[in-house]
Amino acid sequence: MLSVCIYLQVHQPYRVRKYRVFDIGESSDYFSADDESNLNNKRVLQKVAGKAYRPANAILLELLHRHPEFRASFSFSGVVLEQMEQYDQETLNSFRELVETGRVEILSETYHHSLAFFYDRAEFERQVTQHRALIERLFGVTPKIFRNTELAYTNELAHWAERAGYNGILAEGWDHVLGWRSPTFLYQPKGTSRIKALLKHYRLSDDIAFRFSNRDWHGWPLSADTFANWVHAHHGDGNTVNLFMDYETFGEHQWEDTGIFEFLRHLPQAILAHPETGFKTPSEVLNAYTAIGEFDVPHILTWADTERDLSAWTGNDMQRSAIEDVYALGAAVLKSGDEDLIEDWRKLQTSDHFYYMCTKWSSDGDVHAYFNPYETPYDAYISYRNALEDVRLRAERAGTHSKPYMARLVGGLSD
Amino acid sequence: MFGWEFPPHNSGGLGVACQGLVQALADENSEVIFVLPRKISVEDARAQFRFAEGVELKVCSIDTLLAPYLTAGDYRLKVASHDDLYAADIFGEVRRYARAASKIALEESFDIIHAHDWLSFCAGVAAKETSGKPLVLHMHLPAVDQALGGYADPRVFAVEKDAMQKADAIIAISNRMRDVLIEKYDVYPDKIHVVHNGVAPDETAHLSPLAIKRDPRTRVALYLGRLTGHKGPDIFLHAAKIVAARNPHARFIVAGSGEMLPRLIDQAVYYGIADRVFFTGFVRGDEKNRLYKTADVFVMPSIAEPFGLVALEAASAGTPVIVSKQSGASEVMRHALSVDFWDVEEMANKICSIFSHAPLRQAMAREAGKEVKISTWKKAAQKCLNIYNAYIKQPRHTTA
Repeated sequence: MLSVCIYLQVHQPYRVRKYRVFDIGESSDYFSADDESNLNNKRVLQKVAGKAYRPANAILLELLHRHPEFRASFSFSGVVLEQMEQYDQETLNSFRELVETGRVEILSETYHHSLAFFYDRAEFERQVTQHRALIERLFGVTPKIFRNTELAYTNELAHWAERAGYNGILAEGWDHVLGWRSPTFLYQPKGTSRIKALLKHYRLSDDIAFRFSNRDWHGWPLSADTFANWVHAHHGDGNTVNLFMDYETFGEHQWEDTGIFEFLRHLPQAILAHPETGFKTPSEVLNAYTAIGEFDVPHILTWADTERDLSAWTGNDMQRSAIEDVYALGAAVLKSGDEDLIEDWRKLQTSDHFYYMCTKWSSDGDVHAYFNPYETPYDAYISYRNALEDVRLRAERAGTHSKPYMARLVGGLSD
Repeated sequence: MFGWEFPPHNSGGLGVACQGLVQALADENSEVIFVLPRKISVEDARAQFRFAEGVELKVCSIDTLLAPYLTAGDYRLKVASHDDLYAADIFGEVRRYARAASKIALEESFDIIHAHDWLSFCAGVAAKETSGKPLVLHMHLPAVDQALGGYADPRVFAVEKDAMQKADAIIAISNRMRDVLIEKYDVYPDKIHVVHNGVAPDETAHLSPLAIKRDPRTRVALYLGRLTGHKGPDIFLHAAKIVAARNPHARFIVAGSGEMLPRLIDQAVYYGIADRVFFTGFVRGDEKNRLYKTADVFVMPSIAEPFGLVALEAASAGTPVIVSKQSGASEVMRHALSVDFWDVEEMANKICSIFSHAPLRQAMAREAGKEVKISTWKKAAQKCLNIYNAYIKQPRHTTA
């Protein structure tokens, strides 16, 4: 028996508008671009929902109805769900419909799609809790499997997830870690006893996510039948083929005219054409199989670029100084007790902000430029820096305001 | 090649470009006969180059009052103090220059003619008519750009348009300029080839910043270019006023000479920043390079700028760069910040940000420095050679 396990990531950040040095201390509406640019979050969400989320959801729903064996899973950032609630209720409802079939699992992550695990553990846990509450409220389910932002993974994270009660955790099935071993099995994260790691089959996943429309690729044009044959080739040397990708693959990264929707529509049929092949959710995979070996990742492993590290987010000085400084503000921001301020600060932790500041213009650079709503990485840094300075001022102001109050309080008590 | 005088005798980027291109062509083993107005001695010009063995640069000179960027008005002032060897107006002088060029074309042996900017275009056309050799025109600053969207001198425009029609190929120094030539001059698009300018390797490592940088809190923004309308030095001062109000450690350098200087000084006084703006006059060589070393940011606020070589020079010297979106340089510099020339607040925002954040300065300096290293004159010369080869109809020795 061979399973196909599909996990789709749904995320849109709150992009910082062109926030200038003159805005610092004057206005704190960092995320409210209302122009025609790709910094206009409402506009981008509605565009992506129309081009990708809604048509793809319609196909998935149709597939769930047609094939009782079909399964899928999603991970939503809290910030994308918040934007759907605000700007596009219809799309949110179409996701709910999928989950209501009982055959679509939702995974756990940080509410703010942040890299907080590596910078501020307590803050990370608060964001995971905040995310769980949102998923319970919107979908009525509690996630059992954890996936970290950008699939960033270490032994330590697996250890944390086990203690936090998760049954499984997702990671990149990267050759440098696996060696001769295949990502088509479950693995035991080093230093854990109960939790299992599901590893992305990056070759097959990227055939869809990155190469599907590439005319220079030998596999172009890719049919569902051909792809199913590649999956079926794993019969006998694996349990599960884990296809992990951004949901925006369907309709946004690969446009409709590439045939991506037709591919999706025919994929389950083609996969199921081979006997002994089925679909499973991540939780079903965990129940069906046992781990065959240890998965040891002492250094951060991600699903990005050829390096599979965090260099797209923290590779240059601008990125490192920005991310370190946003976390350095944590104590002052939290102490303010100002919920709007705390929420703005958290939205500035979303990993995309740092990605936009990436200056790697190598082979991966084109991908970065494509996804960058700013003219240059430096423009991204400038707007972000200015917004962060405003956050610092707000926290400082709250601090000086609360002092006299505290003093009065303490004074009152001692009287 | 009909060109213009080199550093240290130049009055702007045109001379730098001629020097860079001629040197790189010589390095590619091309023989160049370089014709320039007599102002500097032939030996002096030759001394500017290093030559590989066997490679020849022949310099010819023509006695004329023509100089780069000269306007009809400038010429009238200039000719007044000379005897009647020279023509009474600039157009007469351009024709006189062309007659002399045609004589040189008869005497010399060559395969292709290459002329830089309108003052030498007539010479190029005359040489073509005399010799029958193909003509390549190299456009650095068309009259419509110099006129800043106002009325271009119709006589200059006519000379440019006529020459471009007669030429076999035209080199534009940016895509932006290519569009201008197609739109405003009706040039057939296939005739135009874009060759971006190059930049000489950085030779500033041994230089130290100016004394105004001794206080480590001081931040310096630099403008360097002719003080003339289309370069936007007044826009730079306007942004400076906004930056100065926010950053007490901000200083500004305005380097270059030009007719706007008195107005700019008044402007600085009027803004109340006279004590923070330094005017240097025309600079070249190590003086110029020390300014790049001193600056925390180089700003090129041009309203119209076919290319803007100084932006590449600054990046090459390791200075973060802000260029106007209306410049050709913005086409080749992905690691510069760009801004619309009219958006003075945004320009100030970017200057303030670069002043405040060391990681931004460092990342921009490093990445742009890497980027301009590949913008070499060698690359420009190779493109020119490809263009020459496409238009040279027969190999040289079989023509006789």
